[in-house]
Amino acid sequence: MTTAPAAVSTALQLTDVRKVYTMGDGSDVVALDHATLTLGSDEIVALVGPSGSGKTTLCSIAGGILSATEGTIVVGGEDISGHNAKELTKFRQDKVGFVFQSVNLVPFLNARENLLVVDELGKRTGAPARARADQLLEELGLADRAKNLPSQLSGGQRQRVAIGRALMNDPALVLFDEPTSALDTKLGEQVMELIQGEMKSRGIAAIVVTHDERITHYCDRSVHIVDGRLEA
Amino acid sequence: MKLALKELRRRPGRFATATVILTLIAILLMFLGGLLDGLIASSTGAIRAQNADAIVYSDTAQASFVRSRIDPELRAQVEGVDGVTEVGGIGNVQLGARVPGNGPRDLASVALFGYELAPDGVPDAPAYGQAWADESIKADGVEEGMVIEVGPARTPIAIIGFVKDTNFNGQSSLWASPDTWRDTLSANRPDAQLGPDVFQALIVRGDGDDLPDTIDAATGGATDSYTVDEAVNAIPGVTEQQGTFNQIIGVTVAIALVVIGLFFALLTVERTSLYGVLKALGARSSTIFAGLVAQAVVVTAIAALIAGTLVVLLDLLLPPGSIPLLITPSRIILSVVLLLVAAVLGCSFSLRRVLRIDPASAIGTTS
Repeated sequence: MTTAPAAVSTALQLTDVRKVYTMGDGSDVVALDHATLTLGSDEIVALVGPSGSGKTTLCSIAGGILSATEGTIVVGGEDISGHNAKELTKFRQDKVGFVFQSVNLVPFLNARENLLVVDELGKRTGAPARARADQLLEELGLADRAKNLPSQLSGGQRQRVAIGRALMNDPALVLFDEPTSALDTKLGEQVMELIQGEMKSRGIAAIVVTHDERITHYCDRSVHIVDGRLEA
Repeated sequence: MKLALKELRRRPGRFATATVILTLIAILLMFLGGLLDGLIASSTGAIRAQNADAIVYSDTAQASFVRSRIDPELRAQVEGVDGVTEVGGIGNVQLGARVPGNGPRDLASVALFGYELAPDGVPDAPAYGQAWADESIKADGVEEGMVIEVGPARTPIAIIGFVKDTNFNGQSSLWASPDTWRDTLSANRPDAQLGPDVFQALIVRGDGDDLPDTIDAATGGATDSYTVDEAVNAIPGVTEQQGTFNQIIGVTVAIALVVIGLFFALLTVERTSLYGVLKALGARSSTIFAGLVAQAVVVTAIAALIAGTLVVLLDLLLPPGSIPLLITPSRIILSVVLLLVAAVLGCSFSLRRVLRIDPASAIGTTS
C-alpha cells in the first residue's frame, strides 16, 4: 500500500482494489490484490514490475477499461467503481488519456486528425477541439508536422502525437504504457523529459508503466507491483 | 463514421479488391435482370398492349391462343354479359417469314395477329394483306413498305409501319385484319383453320369489379377469362422463366452478401488492435460498427454505379434484337437496393466481433 505525499487534491484514489479472474476450470486467479494507491493532481508515478505482475490490470482499472472485482476507484473526483460499460466509455472520453506501448496512432489520419479523433469519438465540440489540437501540436513542437501521416513521422514525433492525443480531452490522469520500450536510450530519455515537462506544466497526474528502472527518476516516485500487490 | 469515410478516401486501394468483385457481381445481377425483363417483354408484349378489362379464351385453352376457339354463339353470350361494353375478336398464328434480300433459310420468326380492337400503340387494323410490324423485326432486315412471305404457303404480307413492344413468345408480332390472319392461318396451318367469324380469343372492355369471373359465370364455364395481368402470367413459360431467373438472381445476391461479409469480417480481424485502441479512447461499439456499414454501403454503391454505367453502355452497343436484353431504371434501382441490403446484412456478420473487441487489449500489447 502506498499513498501520495500531502497532495492538495487527488487525481486517482484506488482503495483496496481487487481483480479476480475465474478460469475455465473454475479456479480463481488474483491479478490485483487489495491495491491501494493515491496520486496527487500533478504527480507522476512509475509503476514498475515484471511481466504478469498486474501492471496492465491496475492501469486498465484506473483508466476505466476494466472493472474491478472489489474496491473503490475514484478518478478526478468521479467514483467509477460501480460504472457500467456505457458509463465507463463516457468516463474514458472525458477523464483519462492513454499513451499506448506501440503508440497506436490511426495510420490513415495525419497528426492533427489523430488528436481530433478524441473529440470525434467523444464530445464533438468542433471548432474548440480544432483550436486545442493546433495548440497542443504547437506546444509539442509538431506544428509543422500537423498534416503528416504517422508513417511520415519519426518514432519520437509519433510518441509526441500520442501524448497530444492523450491530452486532448484535458484529462485528470494520463496512463503511459511502456512509453519508451520501442525507443533507444537517448530518445527514451527525451520522451520521458517531455512527459515530465508536459504533465507538470499542465498539472496532470500520470502513471508510467515500465520495467525500465532507468526512467523512474523522471517520476516523482516509483511503485513496485509484484504478484498483484503494490509495494512502495 | 467520419473516420471510416476518411479511410475510404485515403486508402482506396484497400477496398479495390472488394469493389472490383462487387462490380462484377453487380454487372451479373443487372445483366440477369435485364435478360429476364427482355425475355418477359418479348414474350408478353402483345398481351400487355391490350386495352382490355378481360381476355376471354375457351374453357380448355389454358390461356393459349392455339388451343382456344370462340365461335359466334359464345361471343354473343359474352357480348350479352352485364357490364360488357365492347368485344373484339383476336387470333394468332406463329410462322417463319421470308424477307426479301435474306437467304431462303434465313427466316424471320413472326407472330401474326388478326384483331378487331386495336391494342395500345397499334393503329386500327390495316387493309387486307397488310400489317403493322413490331420494330424488333427490323433486326431481320425488314423495312417499311417491304412485302414479306409468311409461312410455307408464302402468304404475302406488306409491312406498312412499325409499332413498339408488342412481341409475343419471343417473336416479332405482325398486326393485321381478321381476314388476313384467318386466311394466313388456313393457308399455312390447314389443321388449325377456323371458320368465318370464329376467333381464338376475345378482347373485352366494360365495367364491373370482376369482369372475367362474371363472364365465365355467364357462359356457364364455357370460357376461361383473365385480366391482362393474369393473362400475361398465364402465357406458357412466363412464370417458369421468372422463377428460374429470380432464383439465379437470388443466388447472385447471396454471393454478394457472402463476399461483403467475408471482406469486412477479414477487415475487422485485421483492425482488432486499432478498434481496441479506439474503444479505449472512448469509441462505442455502435460507432465502430456504423463505420463498417458506411464503408460497405459506399463500396457497394460505387460498384453498383460502375456496373450500372457499364450495363447501360452494353445495352446501347448491342445491335437491337440480337439478345433479349431490356435495361430499365427500375431494374437498375432494384439491383442497387438488393446489393445495398446485402451489404448491410453482410456487415452484420462482423457485429459480434466488433462487440467482443476488448478495449483492455490496447494496453499491455505491442501491436
